Amino acid sequence: MTQYTKPLPIPNDFDRPYWTALKKHELRMQKCLDCGEIWFPPNPVCPKCLSHNHQWIKLSGKGKVWSWVLFHQLYFPSFSEETPYNVIAVKLDEGPLMTSNMVECNNEDIYCDMLVEVFFDDVTELITLPKFRPAGRPKEV
Amino acid sequence: MKLIDIRDKTAIVGVGNTPFRALYRKKDPRRNSYTLGLEAFESALEDSGLCKEDIDGVIINRIPSYTKMCVMAGIKNPRLTNIFEAAGRMSGIALQYAAMAVYTGMANVVACIYGNDGWSAGATYGGESQMIDSYNFPFGMTSPGASLALMWQRHMHEYGTSEDDLGVLAISQRKFASMNPNAVMRTPLTMDQYMSARYICYPLRIYDYCLINDGGVCLIVTTAQRAKECKKRPVYIMGTSQAANHTPYYHSPDYGWDAMKLVADQVYSMAGVGPKDIDCAQIYDNFLPTVMLSLEGYGFCPKGESGRWIRGGRIEPGGELPVNTSGGHCSESYMQGWALHAEAVRQLRGECGDRQVNDCEIVQYICSSPICSSHILRR
Repeated sequence: MTQYTKPLPIPNDFDRPYWTALKKHELRMQKCLDCGEIWFPPNPVCPKCLSHNHQWIKLSGKGKVWSWVLFHQLYFPSFSEETPYNVIAVKLDEGPLMTSNMVECNNEDIYCDMLVEVFFDDVTELITLPKFRPAGRPKEV
Repeated sequence: MKLIDIRDKTAIVGVGNTPFRALYRKKDPRRNSYTLGLEAFESALEDSGLCKEDIDGVIINRIPSYTKMCVMAGIKNPRLTNIFEAAGRMSGIALQYAAMAVYTGMANVVACIYGNDGWSAGATYGGESQMIDSYNFPFGMTSPGASLALMWQRHMHEYGTSEDDLGVLAISQRKFASMNPNAVMRTPLTMDQYMSARYICYPLRIYDYCLINDGGVCLIVTTAQRAKECKKRPVYIMGTSQAANHTPYYHSPDYGWDAMKLVADQVYSMAGVGPKDIDCAQIYDNFLPTVMLSLEGYGFCPKGESGRWIRGGRIEPGGELPVNTSGGHCSESYMQGWALHAEAVRQLRGECGDRQVNDCEIVQYICSSPICSSHILRR
């Protein structure tokens, strides 16, 4: 296996459960036990009511492409082989907006409001990234 | 507490700047934000007719140290000193703080000094020079331009605007720049050239991105009363306002319109005018979609209509609402809103030569970003 050279997340004290869940192929985000808010990116307290009581709930992994772009400019040399590459902003069914990449789909076939589902990409032994693919494909084996 | 009415109580009495075009031609690693800021300060002081001893407030932006800047400018005991982070949204905010300071008497005359050596220093606004962002960088997502690309893509989907709408804007700003001797890019642009230009982040092309450059700008602010004693006709601050749009990303699904509405409501109400009264607008164009979203957010046209609205010469020289009459950040120089302020003042004084807007009495400055701000200025 070749060395993975793209930027990697640096888990911190309060978002480590997010990355740990991804490693187990689960998309989990924080849900406030007092007001019910679900938020992303991870935060030490509920950004709506400042409650410290939250649970890392498992999400459906389903959502819609809010918007998408293609990077032609090379900001990260490690992306050079796939430039232009796509970046999507996914509006999850549970509410939060997250940044990701579309996989198993040609760039020219991406469109706004496209239905997508999470795809767990084990990029290193420690890190799994939540990517998305068109919804309704056969489940991964 | 009710907002105190500061309409027409404060004024800009001096503007100064370095060359932009000449600095763009040749990078020079010896250039720095202090010398650029100092040059602009000297020029603004001369423009105002005030002397250095009159300056008792200093606000700097993008220059790292106010102490060093004040030592260089020989301002030892200002009654007000501050620094704003090196973000373009701070130009309008610096002017607001200067106006508040002189209105309350915390200072009599404030110099707002900006210096930027980003071109020679090789500044980038994305990629690995920035602090790691765990939720974006792993996917290759970086730079505010890409966030505007996301918003413009969504806007095209929701409202049927198009890529060539941005071309209309780029061409218009370039027309103004061709009449501005200090603009970096002065060669007129055609739609063919625009549409065949390379993408930076699809759907945005290179012409949709501001021109990183070196330069300095200075504004001198005082009370309306004191302004009458200055060398040139004062430019009064009729209204000013800000509201933030603090969201997890630089892009937001509502395009930042809720913040823009808060700003618009206050600035128009304080100034006692509306969009129809504006003779020309200087609208922050870090990336061209920002201008389109601002035109819609401030009520110049209905939501989703900016693409149609700007056509037919409306925002061009001689149009109903000339926009970015210096060429803006995408054709004149990226001075993070500061040069747009200088242009607003000069338009109101009638100093803009070939690009002068006829009978220019009221100018609006607008910046839409994580902190939205706007002023309405009059002669």
